[in-house]
Amino acid sequence: MSESILRAEHLTMQFGGVVAVDDLTFNVDEGEIVALIGPNGAGKTTAFNVVTGVYEPTNGAIYFRDEAIVRNHPRGKMKKIYQGENRDTYIRAIVKTPDQITGLGIARTFQNIRLFKDLSVLENVMIARHLHVKANFLSAALRLNWKEERQLRRQSMELLQLVGLEDARDDVASSLPYGKQRRLEIARALATRPSLLLLDEPAAGMNPQETMELSDFIKHIKREFNLSVFMIEHHMDLVMAIADRIYVLDFGKLIAHGTPNEVQNNPRVIEAYLGVSEDAEG
Amino acid sequence: MSFFGRNLPYLLAGISVGGQYALIAIGYTMVYGILRLINFAHGDISMFAGLAMVYLSAAMPLHLAVPIVIVITVILGFAVERVAYKPLRTAPRMSIMISAIGVSYLLQNLAFYITGGLSKPYATIPWISDTITIGTATTKRVTIITPILTILLVIGLVLLIKYTKIGMAMRAVSKDFETSQLMGIRINSVISTTFVIGSLLAAIGSILFFTNYTGVTPAAGAMPGLKAFVAAVFGGIGSIPGAVVGAFLIGICENIIKGLDAMLIQMGILKSGLGLATFSDAFTFALLIVILIAKPTGLFGEKATDKV
Amino acid sequence: MNQKKKYLTAAILIGALFLLLFVLEQILPANSMLFTVLKKGAIYALVAVSMNLLNGFTGLFSLGQAGFMLIGAYTYAILTIPTELKETDMVYKYYDCAVHVSVPVVIGLLCAGLAAAVFAFLVGLPVLRLKSDYLAIATLGFAEIIRAVFQWDMLGPVTNGSNLLKKFPTFSSTLFPFAVAVVCIAFIVLLIHSSYGRAFLAIREDEIAAEAMGINLAKHKMMAFCISSFFAGVGGALLAMYQTTIAATQFKSAMTYEILLIVVIGGIGSVTGSCIGAFLFIASSEWWLRGLDNGVFLGISAPAVFRGGFRKVVFAVIIMAMVLFYRKGIMGSREFSIDGILGFFRKKRRREEALK
Repeated sequence: MSESILRAEHLTMQFGGVVAVDDLTFNVDEGEIVALIGPNGAGKTTAFNVVTGVYEPTNGAIYFRDEAIVRNHPRGKMKKIYQGENRDTYIRAIVKTPDQITGLGIARTFQNIRLFKDLSVLENVMIARHLHVKANFLSAALRLNWKEERQLRRQSMELLQLVGLEDARDDVASSLPYGKQRRLEIARALATRPSLLLLDEPAAGMNPQETMELSDFIKHIKREFNLSVFMIEHHMDLVMAIADRIYVLDFGKLIAHGTPNEVQNNPRVIEAYLGVSEDAEG
Repeated sequence: MSFFGRNLPYLLAGISVGGQYALIAIGYTMVYGILRLINFAHGDISMFAGLAMVYLSAAMPLHLAVPIVIVITVILGFAVERVAYKPLRTAPRMSIMISAIGVSYLLQNLAFYITGGLSKPYATIPWISDTITIGTATTKRVTIITPILTILLVIGLVLLIKYTKIGMAMRAVSKDFETSQLMGIRINSVISTTFVIGSLLAAIGSILFFTNYTGVTPAAGAMPGLKAFVAAVFGGIGSIPGAVVGAFLIGICENIIKGLDAMLIQMGILKSGLGLATFSDAFTFALLIVILIAKPTGLFGEKATDKV
Repeated sequence: MNQKKKYLTAAILIGALFLLLFVLEQILPANSMLFTVLKKGAIYALVAVSMNLLNGFTGLFSLGQAGFMLIGAYTYAILTIPTELKETDMVYKYYDCAVHVSVPVVIGLLCAGLAAAVFAFLVGLPVLRLKSDYLAIATLGFAEIIRAVFQWDMLGPVTNGSNLLKKFPTFSSTLFPFAVAVVCIAFIVLLIHSSYGRAFLAIREDEIAAEAMGINLAKHKMMAFCISSFFAGVGGALLAMYQTTIAATQFKSAMTYEILLIVVIGGIGSVTGSCIGAFLFIASSEWWLRGLDNGVFLGISAPAVFRGGFRKVVFAVIIMAMVLFYRKGIMGSREFSIDGILGFFRKKRRREEALK
């Protein structure tokens, strides 16, 4: 049984009165591809945002390998709990910032692509390598770290070649067609040298052919870079093709979990997506 | 003379200038609430109103000059919005702020050119310029008129915003700009109304302000304008009562600091002056920084939840 | 074109510039307007580039530049006034000077920058996490506070209170401010093209994505803020040397606005733009548009209109026009690149060959 690379326990995220994620517990093991599915508004991207440190959760703990990203801790900030058994109490939590989390080895793409629009394709990827630069700003400015810089550029070019964008390297990121922008986002995420890759709807807007290519690509980079993958996705063909396990979310709550076959035949899942109907769908 | 008696002039000056700041602050908070723009030029519009009064009162009787000054100021505020801010509504935030700074720069230099850089003596408006005695202090009647007039105007404004159609439109736009447009609210009318009201109050504020001072200089509007903005932030951007409270607070504290040296010596805390009067302007900014760190939404402001 | 060739070409061009300046100094009279423009232009170019680093490249709208220039100017002056003069009444008339050292010019310039950077660090701690409009007002406020502090009576033994400082070392040749400015601007350009410069750009483009890519926002914003202020401080010191006397009252927010307007004219995000904008601004206000204040302009004599202050009004109108219609400025966010210049010549030659 492999170790969990990501583990979330009793994750709850509230925005005022709205409970976006409700007591969610999940894990991703080393080398797995795990999918998070559910109807729109189920809280999937919110869960991603909590894992990557964009939001501080109302309750719960998240561990990356053995390191806590979120944890109740006596020296942490106070957070108020709005419902459940411990309602109206305050717990102390410690949360890492997004850049620290990326430094640990978690990288992500965004649902609505967030590229550095006015910068070039190559610059987008090179920026994602900045966190591994050892030189301080003085050395960097005086080019004392020219070897490191050259290696950074070379590694960024290799990633661009991997996604087939090396010819577009000087193009402005916003001028790329949609599909290539998605590929650039993945290349950029890979540049941070992650162990866990979070993909938020990577197949959005793709036709079946492109989705198949993406599925092969994900399997390829998983092997190549020794990754574990946690992805949100609506394209069921992609999910069924490559996911080892699936978690299903509805209204912030976990309603099903298991292998693709188990989940596919789960009546609660079918109900969540299609609603309860009088006639059975043929 | 009692402690209170000796320091009454500072308190009175504080209340007076606080009211003037309040009238200008309302313009800032309303515009920021709707456009998310710090209208750097607002203080200078108030200064221009003062200049207009200087020249007009020399050419015609006061009871004609005053309304014409108010009309001119309103037109100026309206024009600035149409020419300098409306075209940049879809531009990045920095651009519109730079435009506001540009307008401020233009107005100040224009004033300098027109006046030749000299301080122009302000018209003496009868009755409010009369000297009166309160307790042991002598001051101009305008010192008392200002807070009363300010509060009356604020009440009127709050009623307008709460109970009229245009007021509701203004509240809607300040909550959600895009959706208001989709709901059929005529954005341009709402924005223009905001600027008109703001400029109207600035004109009245300038009349009260300059009655208290010897003359109008081109830079006379810049500092009060900034302080009025701080007052708006302190009270909570978008809250008119908050801006007024903030303005009075700033006016009073500012004047107390001017007299702080003397006060502390009287109270026996200091032996000789510390020259603290130089900090009366800086105090306002220190207050701004404290509030931005401690409670960025201001005293009465609401917290907005941003969705990522 | 590889890096080594680029650096070599840049060095040659800069050398040519200095040679040109040297020749000009030999053939033109010392009080020629051209030198005023060149000296002041170089100083304003440095400060404009430092502001552009912060506002244009990192996207932090800060209006505190005048405050840091003030710190730099005063630090330089206080440290470099000869010790003998400090003890007499020549400068510190109403106070007993508390500073008993005097350092050479280069150390003075360095200290000017460092002092400004240290203040920037202190100011940045509370202020850098604010939203852009609030950051602008907060930095403006700090600049005012700094100005009040430097005029404070109690600090008179150090700052000379509200009196001006003088008798510190100055320069006479145009080469000096140019040399300092070129070195500083070169450093900034190198920084922008390094990994840290890219991190600044990322912060400007999308803070959330930048953080997600591992960039520590607080650390890098503070870095940009302190580096920008360092060079603003050096610029302030140069300004002090140029003017030979300084007083805190000069460093009002109007000065920051003028630098901002220079940056806008040249193009937010373009170093070459800021330099060009600075020289244009200084040339216009000190030289070309002078006639607008003095009755005769472009051969038209209209003393009633062309009197004191008209120059600044025309200026302000031009700036408003640029802000409204040419928002990108002269250079937009492009730079004068060596590749660009050589590419232009290569294209021309290719076109000529094709026509043969």
